[in-house]
Amino acid sequence: MSGNMNLTLKVWRQKNESSKGQFVTYKAGDVSPDMSFLEMLDVVNEGLVKKGDEPIHFDHDCREGICGSCSLHINGRPHGPKHGVATCQLHMRSFEDGQTVVIEPWRASAFPIIKDLATNRSAFERIQRAGGYVSVNTGGVPDANEIAIPKVIADEAFSSATCIGCGACVAACKNASAMLFVSAKVSQLALLPQGQPERYRRVQAMVAQMDEEGFGSCTNTGACEAECPVGISLTNIARMNRDYFTAKLFKEDEV
Amino acid sequence: MSNFAQTFSSSLGKKLIMSLTGLFLCTFLIVHLVGNFQLFKDDNGQAFNSYAYLMTHFTPIKVVSYLLYTSIIVHALYALILTMGNRKARPVGYAVQAGNANSPWTSRNMGILGTILLIFIVIHMGDFWWKYHNAELPYAKYEISLDNPQDIKVSELPWDAKRLIHSDYVDTQAGKEIVVSKDLYKVVAKAFTTPWYVALYVLSMVALSFHLIHGFRSAFQTIGWDHKKYVPLIRFLGVWIFGVLIPLLFAAMPIFFLLKNY
Repeated sequence: MSGNMNLTLKVWRQKNESSKGQFVTYKAGDVSPDMSFLEMLDVVNEGLVKKGDEPIHFDHDCREGICGSCSLHINGRPHGPKHGVATCQLHMRSFEDGQTVVIEPWRASAFPIIKDLATNRSAFERIQRAGGYVSVNTGGVPDANEIAIPKVIADEAFSSATCIGCGACVAACKNASAMLFVSAKVSQLALLPQGQPERYRRVQAMVAQMDEEGFGSCTNTGACEAECPVGISLTNIARMNRDYFTAKLFKEDEV
Repeated sequence: MSNFAQTFSSSLGKKLIMSLTGLFLCTFLIVHLVGNFQLFKDDNGQAFNSYAYLMTHFTPIKVVSYLLYTSIIVHALYALILTMGNRKARPVGYAVQAGNANSPWTSRNMGILGTILLIFIVIHMGDFWWKYHNAELPYAKYEISLDNPQDIKVSELPWDAKRLIHSDYVDTQAGKEIVVSKDLYKVVAKAFTTPWYVALYVLSMVALSFHLIHGFRSAFQTIGWDHKKYVPLIRFLGVWIFGVLIPLLFAAMPIFFLLKNY
């Protein structure tokens, strides 16, 4: 088909967490501009399997930008050159014929490499388990509109809740800081009435776990916000900081 | 660990220390700038030398100045501690990282800019603060006419270990106010006529500008003072007042002396 591209891929290959990795160059020929980035990698992998080589390992699941599995650092940017999309929503029309594409895994000590481009992001799970929930008593189902919530607050909570936990914020941050992720998870509950009882315990527990996991600290560069596939804003970080300092300095809730 | 020790050893607590010391240093800049406007006066340094005496001998100001020295040290120390932690958080870097695509240059280079400023502060304090306190500076004697305060006669008195650092009295018979003060103005005027020294100051003010363009608004974000209605004001103050106006006026001082003596 006309308009198809030939690309040179420089892919990070690493056998396991402890082994030393390296870049391996592959040719991706006859790439359709309508392919997604992951489909392009699927085709490359088919070729590798046919040759009897180990295919390139990378995380993926829903392939429609909602699961947060895909996590590729493409030409120096998490999820590639487009704004507001995950790697699975990135199409090959965003690249040019003959281009060299460098593909790396997320780089953070808190995200150890499992194999090649796949990283272990269970640090995020442990932060969530530390406090990213509301405790609900069992019983009858309460009426949906029993508690009035102003629309601006509901909208803000909803936009915080769109975080898919992919880790692009950590990948983009020069300090490998997880502040955007943690602040979105803190905010989505801190904004709503149901989140109030555990609000000040939650923020302390989640920040403590974040530090425990070895993420860096926030320099307010805004790289996380710029690279986030769902547009989580820096306001969340300010909100979390406010809640954290309020909790630590003025509240009696302790973790 | 006590609650407070735990708070300030967390990543957010360390950033709070950076933010508060940084903002305190910003307020100092305003005071320092306004005070140093005395340098522009055409009075052979009478106002400036009196101001220098006030700043070093008025107890409340002395207390604040020690708070200031502590802030500079703590700000630099915590920056170092945070940077080391951040390095540890990403032991293996990227082969390609398109930083400019997602963040401003200043925000990614606060450490470099801060280091330039720290070196500048050491040179700056060594040349003026240290000399004023410890060097054997001559005195300037100003005879100010009581009828016409613009009429100031200046003469130099040699260094004298026993002499008071500053004296101010009115000689009614002669119709003059006599001010004798350690002549810091002379040291400043001499330093600011050396072209490489002026260049160093101007470059340091460029570093200050970049440091504050990011630092000022960043400090508010860290504390959590983020509000749709006030963020534009904070951004304006950060860029135009602290990032442009203040460094520009500081840089104007050495340039003023260089041009005056050209």
